[in-house]
Amino acid sequence: MTSHLDRAASVTVVALGLAFAVFFVVPFVGLVTRALEEPDTWELLRASQVRQALTLSLWTSTVTVALALLAGTPVAYLLARVSFPGRSIVDALIDLPIVLPPTVAGVALLTAFGRRGIVGEPIEELTGFTFGFRTTAVIMAQLLVAAPFYIRAARSGFESVDVQQERVAYTLGASKVRTFFRITVPQASPALLAGVVLCWARAMGELGATLIFAGNFEGKTQTMPLAIISAFEGSTLGVAGAIALSLILLSTALAVLVCFRLATGRGGRQ
Amino acid sequence: MIKSQGFRWSLVPILLVVAFAFLLAACGSDDDDDAESTPASPASPAATTPASTTAAATSPTPVPVTGEVVVFAASSLTNAFKEAGTRFEEKNPKAKVTFNFAASSALATQINEGAPADVFASADANQMKNVTGKGNAAESVIFAANLPVVVVPKSGSPVASFSDLAKPGVRLVLAGPEVPVGKYAREILANASKPAGGISADFAGSVLANVKSNEANVRAVLTKVQLGEADAGIVYSTDAAIATADVKVIEIPAAFNIIAQYPIAALKGAKNGAAARAWVAFITGPEGQAILAQFGFRKP
Repeated sequence: MTSHLDRAASVTVVALGLAFAVFFVVPFVGLVTRALEEPDTWELLRASQVRQALTLSLWTSTVTVALALLAGTPVAYLLARVSFPGRSIVDALIDLPIVLPPTVAGVALLTAFGRRGIVGEPIEELTGFTFGFRTTAVIMAQLLVAAPFYIRAARSGFESVDVQQERVAYTLGASKVRTFFRITVPQASPALLAGVVLCWARAMGELGATLIFAGNFEGKTQTMPLAIISAFEGSTLGVAGAIALSLILLSTALAVLVCFRLATGRGGRQ
Repeated sequence: MIKSQGFRWSLVPILLVVAFAFLLAACGSDDDDDAESTPASPASPAATTPASTTAAATSPTPVPVTGEVVVFAASSLTNAFKEAGTRFEEKNPKAKVTFNFAASSALATQINEGAPADVFASADANQMKNVTGKGNAAESVIFAANLPVVVVPKSGSPVASFSDLAKPGVRLVLAGPEVPVGKYAREILANASKPAGGISADFAGSVLANVKSNEANVRAVLTKVQLGEADAGIVYSTDAAIATADVKVIEIPAAFNIIAQYPIAALKGAKNGAAARAWVAFITGPEGQAILAQFGFRKP
């Protein structure tokens, strides 16, 4: 009986797995096929709108990751190591953007930093500075939506570090800072790297919050996803342009994933 | 007992795969039902099909329509078409109108990419041409007209007149150049930059330098002005009319303005052709025209 059941179970798992695998692969096959069929794909990849969107996406997502590293690492470390009042609230707040639709993040940013927002209005009155329609707004949208992915990963990275080794370092006379960079960070590095990749990918893909909070303007706020949706909605690039842009993002994502696998693979063997 | 249990278990993978396929296909099944129900209407399909357009347009009691009719319509038609849809369903209790509102340019792309639409109502002739040019609709009828206007937030905008749009530092938001209202806006600015009778030769250039965002459709432009994020935007007078609580209207001088013409067409790929033609007839007929007028649209 058990052998029957086991065999049936394995067949089920394999069949469902295959069905699912096909479902995952087909869209990308479709995208690549269509991109190769379109006669203008290579020309479109050189269009100035595409170049501007790619440049903007790359540098804004890099700034976002840098800011997430700078501000997120201490938060992750505190959450992993220090018990302070309200820790669970901070923890939940950091998870919030992960489960929230990015459009909600966009509306929230607008109500806070928009020209009628609770922070935006006084800032404009005092300094004349407005956030909307600027690249700053793009980075803010990306940071809100993407940084939690880094903080999550970094936190579990710091939690997995062997505290005993840190104590040994202290008893041998190493400073806290030296111990952090020589013991803690290297041990947590696979998780930190995974967090960086997730955060960067999420920032590259940000659409909803950017569209609502930052607007859509070539070279200033039109990142790759916004250029894709504009192309699909009839901008001069057209559907062929949307496909060409998607192809760029797909290959970039694949390249990053491969590099990530190689990097963490090496890290594991050490 | 044991044997039969084992036998039943071995069916599980097949059942699950079938269920998976069924779930994936489930979205499409509604359309099939409607397509089947259409010929089952009281009138024979042969009689309904060629006659309905002319019959419905002239006679006050057209042939009852059944099934779902999917209408792709320009964003600016949102409120008027929703009202028209309610009335249409009241008249045809077996019919159901489903809308997809977006920029006409986005809708044209979707239709040409094979979206399951029965009717296309566009805010300009260009996007309709995109669809007829690809052979997805035979001919269209102009059913309404609309007037572009400048909208500004109720308070605090540096824009008080049309020519103020060129003032340095104005946060102007337009629809993208591919979106009908965005295209009209740019044509209006070009008209205002003509040497004969224009404001100044570089008017369009100075105004376009103030554009902070190319929004996806006319309602997105309106929202940005309502929120006060933008100092000004160009929308249709019908859009401004639904937001009078938040925005002020500045008329565009008639010498520069363009009257937007809205064409409508039943699509060739329509699954429910009879209902598609009935909707077009309803909108172009007296009742549809009255609803459009009520929402501020002009006669074509």
